[in-house]
Amino acid sequence: MNSPSLSHLGELLKEVDRVRPAGASNLNDTIVSSIYGRAEQIAGLVVKRKAKPRIDWDKKLDDVLTSRAFGFPAMLLLLAVVFWITVAGANYPSEVLATALFWGQEKLTALCNWLHAPAWVNGFFVEGVYRSVAWVVSVMLPPMAIFFPCFTLLEDMGYLPRAAFNLDRLFKKAGAHGKQCLTMCMGFGCNAAGVVSCRIIESPRERLIAMLTNSFVPCNGRFPTLIALAGLLVMGTATSFGATLIVLGLILLGIGITLAASWGLSKTLLKGIPSGFALELPPYRRPQAGRIIVRSIFDRTLFVLGRAVSVAAPAGAVTWLLANIHVGGLSILAHCAGRLDPFAGLLGLDGFILMAFILALPANEIVLPILIMSYLATGSMVELDSLEALHRLFVVEHGWTWVTVVCTMLFSLLHYPCSTTLWTMWKESGSLKWTAVAAVIPLSVACIACAAVAQVSRLF
Amino acid sequence: MGSAELGKERRAKADYTVALAGNPNTGKSTVFNALTGLSQHTGNWPGKTVTRAEGRFITQGLVFGLIDLPGTYSLLANSVEEQVARDFICFGKPDATVVVVDATCLERNLNLVLQVLEITPRVVVCVNLIDEARRKHIEIDDRALSAELGVPVVCTAARNGHGLDRLVDTVRDVATGRINTAPQIPRYDHQIEEALLKLEPRIRDLVGDRCSSRWLALRLLDRDRSVIALLEQWAAGQPSVKVPINQSRGEILA
Repeated sequence: MNSPSLSHLGELLKEVDRVRPAGASNLNDTIVSSIYGRAEQIAGLVVKRKAKPRIDWDKKLDDVLTSRAFGFPAMLLLLAVVFWITVAGANYPSEVLATALFWGQEKLTALCNWLHAPAWVNGFFVEGVYRSVAWVVSVMLPPMAIFFPCFTLLEDMGYLPRAAFNLDRLFKKAGAHGKQCLTMCMGFGCNAAGVVSCRIIESPRERLIAMLTNSFVPCNGRFPTLIALAGLLVMGTATSFGATLIVLGLILLGIGITLAASWGLSKTLLKGIPSGFALELPPYRRPQAGRIIVRSIFDRTLFVLGRAVSVAAPAGAVTWLLANIHVGGLSILAHCAGRLDPFAGLLGLDGFILMAFILALPANEIVLPILIMSYLATGSMVELDSLEALHRLFVVEHGWTWVTVVCTMLFSLLHYPCSTTLWTMWKESGSLKWTAVAAVIPLSVACIACAAVAQVSRLF
Repeated sequence: MGSAELGKERRAKADYTVALAGNPNTGKSTVFNALTGLSQHTGNWPGKTVTRAEGRFITQGLVFGLIDLPGTYSLLANSVEEQVARDFICFGKPDATVVVVDATCLERNLNLVLQVLEITPRVVVCVNLIDEARRKHIEIDDRALSAELGVPVVCTAARNGHGLDRLVDTVRDVATGRINTAPQIPRYDHQIEEALLKLEPRIRDLVGDRCSSRWLALRLLDRDRSVIALLEQWAAGQPSVKVPINQSRGEILA
């Protein structure tokens, strides 16, 4: 301790009160207005405005895109277009990649046979690790390679802050902070990133609300799952259009539940008055298309893919082991699934689906690969090279109905966030209690929603 | 967080530290990326940069650690972003601070520049989006601006890479002391100035040259709680947790 300095400081603070000019209550105003006056003076000297542009396009655009009447329809339309391009555009490259990668699987199996390797080597490495990686690459890569650049384009043009502006009113009404829609947008990319971005909200109460509800928007790990399942649901009809509508509907549902949950939290656990803030709309800018595409593919697409693959490989191995180690005539996976079956049935799912969600805690990307592997290990061997194959496996061989598909989508949209997000939540909030709340709230919402759909559908 | 650790290590290897400040939506992150070659994701909305991003660039064999501060409209510590930016400029002791301003609305951005000048003399003003301004028929007399502020001014269009070479050269010269700046600090009415005159020497006794005594005096007059709390920490000889400090040099706590 350095008490002489402390007493020095005490004297200094007394001195400050002594010398503070009379009428110091508006000292801050005086300081600020001096600075503003000086800035105005300098700007007057150095800025020359030749002629004002005749039409202010920014304002014209804003009049439409942020108006009460057209704001939301325009937002939905833009989102729909992005999803449609993603859904419609992803099919073909997906097929090509799947064909190539499953050709690779055959070659690897042939290699194993040629080496006279034991059967488990082929099973563990090829059917376990390789196949789940192949699924992640062939199904996730194309949608991401299309979706991310589109979304980044909207962002670069300056549209996303407008979307936030439109949503701001709703968040205010829900007792949350307007900036929450920005953190929500970030969550579309990655919920863990979304939780970190909640730092931009100053009020601790509103920051917690934003953090706790962030996982209700699907991150890019869940988009491919939702898109694939939506495709399954509309098989044989006007596919890409219908799938777009379904995905769009799910996202709206996610936003709606975010608002509802925020409202609920602000009325119960986190009571308080929403604080205000000024959201400045940046000017529209012409996007640099080439650079954006390159950047978003390298920065986001390949980054996310890398993470997904690194999680999918060990998860594939674990799942293969669970599906192939037999205890009392049944695999461990089947035992677990059997135990879960009654409860899963209440939610419109089956034990294997629930098991897949539990095993996919490290990353939402791998729910479908795990599920496929669980089914394949118990059923016959099928090559999964397209949506038709998925349809055959799920619907024909494992008796999925539209209720199963819908409930799986709902569960995927609403269930607990992945372990990375939870860990980030713990880091950011510094509280295990709130981390637990962040897992329990979505889980209960997911269970209620799925149970409601399953039970209501049984009435008809 | 892990990134902070990494940043510390990286900065320890840098010869000079440069802070990057500016209002939101001035293309600050674009300047950052252009200088460091990092492809940090840039989006354009307020409050996008939540934590300080760090990178570095090398010119003439010198390594410059560059710190991207959150975008702020002022340094009056009304928000977390403002406090992070302010604390770093003041207590992080950067060798130079680049303030990125939007050429299309210079007046509003100058408020921040003036506040930065009050804290540190080693400032370079980067008038970015000069191409947008031209498109809107706005012309900026950068020489006059430099004369008015007393610090170097560089016009850039960071998205296209225009003016960045000059920016790098100017930053290097200011950081190494090859360019001496003479910042024109805002003057207040005589009552405030008189009070500042009385307080400044006493503050200098307490903090030495670790921070601008004029600025600290002004903050004290304004009853800035965060500054008072910081002074208390200093006086008690306790390391401050909130301030991002360059620990490798330890100049603040020494």
